[in-house]
Amino acid sequence: AAMELPPDLFPATRAAALAAAFACYRRGGPGRGLALRGVTRAGRQDIDDVGRKYHLELVLEDVLDKDSTINCTAEVLYHLGNKPMAPDVQFTLEGELKDTDEADKRFYNRVKSLEKELVAENIPDSHGHVSPEMEPIHLLAWAASGYVIWQNSTENTKFQLAQIKCVKQVKRSDEYLEFDYLILLHEMVSQEIIPWQMTVLWHPQHGVQVTGDSHQPQHTPQ
Amino acid sequence: LQVDLWQPSSPLHIGRGTVTDVRVPQNTSQRLLPCLQQANIPYTILIPDLQKAIENQTGQRPPRSRRSLSAYNYEVYHSLEEIESWMHHLNKTHPELVHMFSVGKSYEGRPLFVLKVGRRSRPYKQAVWMDCGIHAREWIGPAFCQWFVREALQTYETDPDMRKMLTQLYFYVMPVFNVDGYHFSWTNDRFWRKTRSKNSRFRCHGVDANRNWKVKWCDEGASLHPCDDTYCGPFPESEPEVRAVAQFLRRQRRQLRAYLSFHAYAQLLLYPYSYKYATIPNVGCVESAASKAVQALQSAYGVRYRHGPASSTLYVSSGSSMDWAYKTGIPYAFAFELRDTGHFGFLLPETLIGPTCTETMLAVRNITLHLLQRCP
Repeated sequence: AAMELPPDLFPATRAAALAAAFACYRRGGPGRGLALRGVTRAGRQDIDDVGRKYHLELVLEDVLDKDSTINCTAEVLYHLGNKPMAPDVQFTLEGELKDTDEADKRFYNRVKSLEKELVAENIPDSHGHVSPEMEPIHLLAWAASGYVIWQNSTENTKFQLAQIKCVKQVKRSDEYLEFDYLILLHEMVSQEIIPWQMTVLWHPQHGVQVTGDSHQPQHTPQ
Repeated sequence: LQVDLWQPSSPLHIGRGTVTDVRVPQNTSQRLLPCLQQANIPYTILIPDLQKAIENQTGQRPPRSRRSLSAYNYEVYHSLEEIESWMHHLNKTHPELVHMFSVGKSYEGRPLFVLKVGRRSRPYKQAVWMDCGIHAREWIGPAFCQWFVREALQTYETDPDMRKMLTQLYFYVMPVFNVDGYHFSWTNDRFWRKTRSKNSRFRCHGVDANRNWKVKWCDEGASLHPCDDTYCGPFPESEPEVRAVAQFLRRQRRQLRAYLSFHAYAQLLLYPYSYKYATIPNVGCVESAASKAVQALQSAYGVRYRHGPASSTLYVSSGSSMDWAYKTGIPYAFAFELRDTGHFGFLLPETLIGPTCTETMLAVRNITLHLLQRCP
């Protein structure tokens, strides 16, 4: 049975946040971040023995240029069952995203030519500042966190990247850039801050890949 | 053609016959004036050279107090100590409009300061309560509370709406509710949320100050585990901060017309209930107030806020201050979740303090005037 959902209320907005995170993982990078602007339509359907499927019409915005938006249709399927399974997400963007080849190439060359591995922490800092040199590192984390968010989302969660606690470049002999990130995720429903490690590979032509990730124990004193 | 709108406070208020004041750079005025003439819009030039007028004014030495009000930077985040000395300063320099007092002490022994803002115009006045920083990491909240007070003091003489608000009402503004938590978020953990009370059995500290109120306490949407970020506490009003404010609000409840609580982030304007999916009896006025406020907010920079009952718009939670205020008899209770929607989240850059506060100001003015003029 399929039903229309109010696009402003939380079952729809949680599914939309997940779809947006997934889209950001697939299409984001050091030169491009995508964020959810809003939900225009939402529908939900229970599929016997399988799970719950959401049909969404969303608007995404370019994080670097808030006036630039793109419409998106998505399907999110949350699976039934006790074993945690990543939801299935499919999406289609209506239109073209801005080209980031220039910015990508600049970032790639800059990092490849560093003598010492790039190391940074607290991005953004406590007061919300991100230095211009760290902006691509921030956007890369934003895209990669989309993977972690996708893999760990349920109908009762809504994740956002809260901060990059620290990031270390791992030098590679091949053409890829590799970064080891420790990020903090904010889960809106429980309000918890969850540390997570992720190993991120990136190449201008091959996009973002998360090759390893793990939930970290709380390291700050409670 | 872009103009700096000085009066009214929002383009939404401009209609036929509205007196509108704008400031334009000289080259723009050369294009604007012919436009106005062609459209048959009568105009007067109030200040032909603003730069000169400002230079003339700065020649006179303004009294120390008034100068210091503008020397405080409202577009950066301030530590607890800075906020407290700011409050002391306003209390001393604006005695006709500001009265600072304390409602009690925090767990770690810090005073819980509140500013009572308004003109002592008549013996019995209704009041609006505003609190910021119930959750320590939501720094934009305290920033807004400070901004609101500054705006009130700076514009009540020249802005008829603000004058009306401060004449007919008192505003009780609590810039930092969770003083211990806020201090901890500056010194130890930027993402701390709760209070800092010690737990006897677990090594975890703190209670979620927005789950500790006596309204369906610790039901859905709150946790019984002391290490969780939505821990409701060992019993309702266990937190001295919550108990102190609850006592004050209970005593003032006949005067209080509205309760406003400022949080971050999600860009929402919420009203009761949080603890259940049900419609409040006075939903008509509450919903229209919220809807208009969100429109007013959007008129500043185009930022969209959703609005509605907290339970269905955000999530179900029990023991919240907003639900408690409503249950206690304050007819108009709202909770704001300020900017943004997650890109910076709690770490909202200081460059966005100004825009966020400016637009939120429009919403708060709008709600206040709506309640004064159009609601029972």
